[in-house]
Amino acid sequence: MSVMEQDSAGAPARASLLNDPKVRGIFFQVVLIAVLVFVGYNIVSNTAANLERQNIASGWGFLENTAGFGIIQSLASYSETSSYGQALFVGFLNTLLVAIVGIFIATIVGFVVGIARLSDNWVISRLAYCYVELIRNVPLLLQIFFWYFAVLRAVPGKREKWSFFFDSFHLNIAGFRGPKPIWQDGASLIGIALIIAIVACIVIAQWARKRQESTGQQFPVFWTAVGLIIGLPLIMYFVTGMPMHLEHPVFVDTGPRIRQGFQLNVGFNLIPEFLALTAALSIYTASFIAEIVRAGIQAVSHGQTEAAHALGLRQSPTLRLVIIPQAMRVIIPPLTSQYLNLTKNSSLAVAIAFPDLVSVGGTVLNQTGQAIEIIGIWMAIYLTLSLVTSAFMNWYNQRMALVER
Amino acid sequence: MAKTETFQIRTEEAPLLPAPVSTTGLIGWMRQNLFSSISNTVLTVIGVIIAYWIIAPFVQFAFIDAIWTGEDRKACLPPEGSEGEHMGACWAYVKAYFPQFIYGRYPTDEIWRVNIVYVLFALLLVPLAMPSMPLKKLNSILFLGVFPIVAFVLLTGGNISISSYTWIFVALIAAVGVAIAAILSVAGGRDFNGVKPVLIGFVGTAVVLAIILGFVSANLGLSTVDTPVWGGLLVTLVIAVTGIVASLPLGIALALGRRSTMPIVRLVSVIFIEFWRGVPLITVLFMSSVMLPLFLPEGVTFDKLLRVLIGVTLFSAAYMAEVVRGGLQAIPKGQYEGAMALGLRFWPMMYLIILPQALKLVIPGIVNTFIGLFKDTTLVLIVGMFDLLGQIQSSFTDPTWSTPTQGHTGYLFAAMVFFVFCFGMSRYSIYMERRLHTGHKR
Repeated sequence: MSVMEQDSAGAPARASLLNDPKVRGIFFQVVLIAVLVFVGYNIVSNTAANLERQNIASGWGFLENTAGFGIIQSLASYSETSSYGQALFVGFLNTLLVAIVGIFIATIVGFVVGIARLSDNWVISRLAYCYVELIRNVPLLLQIFFWYFAVLRAVPGKREKWSFFFDSFHLNIAGFRGPKPIWQDGASLIGIALIIAIVACIVIAQWARKRQESTGQQFPVFWTAVGLIIGLPLIMYFVTGMPMHLEHPVFVDTGPRIRQGFQLNVGFNLIPEFLALTAALSIYTASFIAEIVRAGIQAVSHGQTEAAHALGLRQSPTLRLVIIPQAMRVIIPPLTSQYLNLTKNSSLAVAIAFPDLVSVGGTVLNQTGQAIEIIGIWMAIYLTLSLVTSAFMNWYNQRMALVER
Repeated sequence: MAKTETFQIRTEEAPLLPAPVSTTGLIGWMRQNLFSSISNTVLTVIGVIIAYWIIAPFVQFAFIDAIWTGEDRKACLPPEGSEGEHMGACWAYVKAYFPQFIYGRYPTDEIWRVNIVYVLFALLLVPLAMPSMPLKKLNSILFLGVFPIVAFVLLTGGNISISSYTWIFVALIAAVGVAIAAILSVAGGRDFNGVKPVLIGFVGTAVVLAIILGFVSANLGLSTVDTPVWGGLLVTLVIAVTGIVASLPLGIALALGRRSTMPIVRLVSVIFIEFWRGVPLITVLFMSSVMLPLFLPEGVTFDKLLRVLIGVTLFSAAYMAEVVRGGLQAIPKGQYEGAMALGLRFWPMMYLIILPQALKLVIPGIVNTFIGLFKDTTLVLIVGMFDLLGQIQSSFTDPTWSTPTQGHTGYLFAAMVFFVFCFGMSRYSIYMERRLHTGHKR
């Protein structure tokens, strides 16, 4: 500190401002801002002129207009008379649905394959290796096409079906059908019971941890939680007099040929586009997750395993208490970016016309010509999803991170 | 007890016995790796069954039942009367369509130009990728600087009309450079040595631009081939290679910007990187094909391929920036301090000390980004361009080859091509990783 002061005080005044890094920094930043403002101004004025020439009124008013097109799968109420805004919302919900289901499946498959790659069994580890290398070196779009145009074209036609699980689930070219639960009065109590069970589990887990920290006694938290979460709603289900029944899909195979097949809107139906997209997305992402899991487990040094064994822990507590918590630290950051990738890749739905955000937005764009607004909505939503996910994962990562001195 | 105790001491070594049969050779290996315990044996059996389930139908489809020769769809149709349960891949269809898959609808008489580009690309890339080859610097200049322009002229035919404004603009760059240098030499005083770099930078840029423009606009007697007739592997490679070559310098600049001490430069870099990384490529492609024309002044139109290239470049530049940033962060602080202690300014420090080390560290990451970009080029078919997958997809509408297995065959072919490229690149990245692992890295 003193040296610096002496230096600045004792040195002769600088010969020129041009050699001063501070001045140079300010100069370059001013130039950068000027260039950005110039480019931005040009873009805005050009766009305004072009829009005026093409008679496109910019603004968000078009969101109120009637859409006039149907959407084959919607989680919210939607009909052809709904507005463009509602259509986009339905598309957004479909994106979320694909992302959540895809992430769920990809995580399970990815962890299984990642652990299989580390197996001592040569056949299993080779199989996992081939899976990973084959899947991640082939473009996702090609895989979506493969599932949609090749695999799902091989299932029975509209008037036939394959059935599984005691004739309750069916697959044909129109999609995957199964029984749909219909809730009646009093069913909300079951939901409340479920919430109570979850809260109780959290409280018990905290109490058990405190007890173990103070007395060393363990409490079977996992099995208690399973019992509570399954048991409490089940009890409530019987107490309220079973306020739910299953609506089975109805398959007509008599009468005029045109009427044969599954009846519309009876039971739940997953459309083939959804099946193809989810299958391709989760299998593709699972191959990346598998590599992340393998790298994470290998990152935990073997000394940890040996030390755990030396302490007298068996194989399963070693994995559960020593290896996995440390591996998770390595796994979570890249896992987050894979989840984000999956969400962003779900926009490839447009290639097989699954009505996700991009696909519905594309239709709206074609009908209204509001390119800037639609692309703006897309980017804003995907950016928000990305930022929210990474914020959540950063928070989680901080909790999991090593606490060092 | 007798007085004299007799000992039996062996004076020669016992003969070495061979290891038990069950622990060596194939049997030992199988006992150890496949049947070491009951659960392991069960796993082995399950694994073999799964492998058989997957491999047997695949071999049946791709080789045993496959049809290798034929003139049209009749060759690949199932024989009359059969239900078509034994249908194989229709390789005759791929054979017939092969030129289209490689060159798209590029005019047949001009295909030699594409072939020259392919050969040049391979000739320049292979020595660049082999660490033992000499003349790396010359090679990279040829590959990254000269090759793109030669390829551009060969593929499009050159002879691009360039408005006089462009030439004036180039001359202006040189003039501005001279003017700034003049002002600096007056204002800077005697101990200011920044005049020469400014002069070289501006005038050099202008000269290089002039040479490129001159070459591109020269009439070399090649007929013009418009980009809409390009297709197949050609488009895939053009997008992927341009994307990577253009995004690398941009990515380096962004990475340096993100680590800069100037707050506005850092902010702009962060916003740019996070924006492009946060949106899916498909929206970027829509943006470049729908929104970019709106941004341009009236009358200025862009080639569709060029618009896609801009989108892909900006998108991959953001990913490249994060890869390069990883490399920059891995360089110990002592390297920066050492460079500064030697009196190097920012750019010489980066150019001579930091970037050579950082980029070498992240070669695997760069290759991985390239693999991702290569796979993502398939997305351009959604905005109506014909890359390899798009070309295959569009060939399905041809009734000459319409058979039940046409789709499967086409997709299998596409998958094999992409797999060969991507797997090759990933093996190369692993090889480089091993090579660069110097042993004192933690």
